Amino acid sequence: MGDQLIFTYIVDGDDFTRAGEASSSVKNKLKMLGVDSDVIRKVAIAMYEGEINMVIHADGGTITVSVSDDDITMVLSDSGPGIPDIEKAMQEGYSTAKEEVRSLGFGAGMGLPNMKRFTDEMNIDTVIGQGTTITMKVYL
Amino acid sequence: MEKYNPEKNKFMRSVRLKESACQGCINCIKHCPTQAIRVHNGKAHIIDKFCIDCGRCIRYCPHHAKIPVYDPLSVINNFKYTVALPAPTLYAQYNNLTNVDIVLNALLKLGFDDVYEVSAAAELVSEASRQYIKDHEAEAPFISSACPSVIRLIRVKFPSLISRLLPIKAPVEVAAEIARARAMKKTGLKPEEIGIIFISPCPSKVSYAKSPLGIEKSNIDNVVAIKDVYPLLLPHMKHDESQLKPLSHSGRIGIGWSNAGGEAGGLLAENYLAADGIVNILRVLEELEDEKLHGLTFVELNACNGGCVGGTLTVENAYIATTKTKRLVKYQPVSKNHLEDNPEVENIFWADNVEYEPVFRLGNTFKESLKMMSDVENLTARFPGLDCGSCGAPTCQTLAEDIVRGDATPNDCIYVLRANIADLSRKIEELAGKRRQSADGDDPDAELFDSYIRTLTEELASFGVPDRSRQRREK
Repeated sequence: MGDQLIFTYIVDGDDFTRAGEASSSVKNKLKMLGVDSDVIRKVAIAMYEGEINMVIHADGGTITVSVSDDDITMVLSDSGPGIPDIEKAMQEGYSTAKEEVRSLGFGAGMGLPNMKRFTDEMNIDTVIGQGTTITMKVYL
Repeated sequence: MEKYNPEKNKFMRSVRLKESACQGCINCIKHCPTQAIRVHNGKAHIIDKFCIDCGRCIRYCPHHAKIPVYDPLSVINNFKYTVALPAPTLYAQYNNLTNVDIVLNALLKLGFDDVYEVSAAAELVSEASRQYIKDHEAEAPFISSACPSVIRLIRVKFPSLISRLLPIKAPVEVAAEIARARAMKKTGLKPEEIGIIFISPCPSKVSYAKSPLGIEKSNIDNVVAIKDVYPLLLPHMKHDESQLKPLSHSGRIGIGWSNAGGEAGGLLAENYLAADGIVNILRVLEELEDEKLHGLTFVELNACNGGCVGGTLTVENAYIATTKTKRLVKYQPVSKNHLEDNPEVENIFWADNVEYEPVFRLGNTFKESLKMMSDVENLTARFPGLDCGSCGAPTCQTLAEDIVRGDATPNDCIYVLRANIADLSRKIEELAGKRRQSADGDDPDAELFDSYIRTLTEELASFGVPDRSRQRREK
């Protein structure tokens, strides 16, 4: 491990219009670092999905992104309700989002599956009633 | 007129600074969408590789110190035979224009030997685009490549979207190719004896003509401004239609290209997006990059508000011009031009790839960039976060980047500078105190000196530095 850069973002709950600000900021930083555009794309999509999930289900949370020589690690932590059935939540199209959220075009049940698809490692740590921490890695 | 570099300069731009007019204010740096301008030593300075030629600084400079670069109309004397390529936006400058031939005939009277409408070639581009999109449906959405500033923006900021650019020549390029081929056939002259002169709504086509993207060399010899040609045509415009040579050969699609949404309209597709204005298109590109926009086959982007009618070399208000265009084409057929009738167009597609230019990358290697970004973060944290522009950079973050790149120093920030002076003043006060203790007797000068230093220290301390603990999402 050489140098490491860490960026922390606070994601506000209940504000759809602002979801995506954190992933956008990370995207621009990665471009300035000269990271391959395919890697940037994966990080941006996975992080955006995570951000949206935090807004929909957990009233916001915190995202920490660390960039090292080997990978980009995103840790998304919230104090939301937790995920009761991870296996089910990982199925494409499965969603517990409220109807009002779905009518906005979100909550299509692709969030977690996309996060997994666009990252090289993903780990979900969840406790019902306490919150969820998702760690994702994209290799450089 | 600036001398052009004969070598292909990939970062050439068509806005220059009129230094005598520049007051060193911060209007341009705050409005530049790619943060390409700095003010140093009281004068603005454009960083070539960041500039995308959008012309926003030309619009916003209150002192008219940003000058678009283009050719004078006298260039028509440099050739044995000249063909004018009027952009359809030219037509929209005139009131009550009922017939495009009035403008085209006036161009001949002005001294051009022939005219070829860019709008005619636009219809060929529309035809090729329809076919290309149909053949490559799976790779959609495609992004229009007619606006040079859009290509330049994507080239430096959106590497993942380069492959989405429609690899088709811009209408003016196709027009230039046809015009030269026809003029050669008609006159027997050599290609270099024929001048193909574009009458342009914007200066970004000047850079394009000298240093095109997507093709090796442009067929456009010179670019003159609509605002220069507009008044000169007025005395030649005859509204008696019986005296007009029938020259116009374009329909609704071609002429409609001058308006935002016109190019998309020419595709006869329904699921498109047409955005205009550089700030709006930046947003669209961000969202396209993040795959937040679904179900689109085509994305039309114009750097100027309203489309080409909003170019900086036009005379008429962009929105009035939009309406005039619509009125002009109301009774025209949809399209009058077809590729099969234009054998002069050998290849309507790009011959070159557009390459990503990572001009915003901090270092030469990832490792170096990582170290530099860490320095940028630390520096940014020292600045007040006001983005006041007094240092000459548009934001505190950009100043930090400039410092890390070696182009600025922390003391360019007036708040850092003031804090540093306050520090110095405190130290002098301390020193003065020590001197007073060791000195014997009354020295009125020393007392006065001490009181000055005390006042300076107090005053500097009372300014303070703006609080950085303001609400920030990013820490």
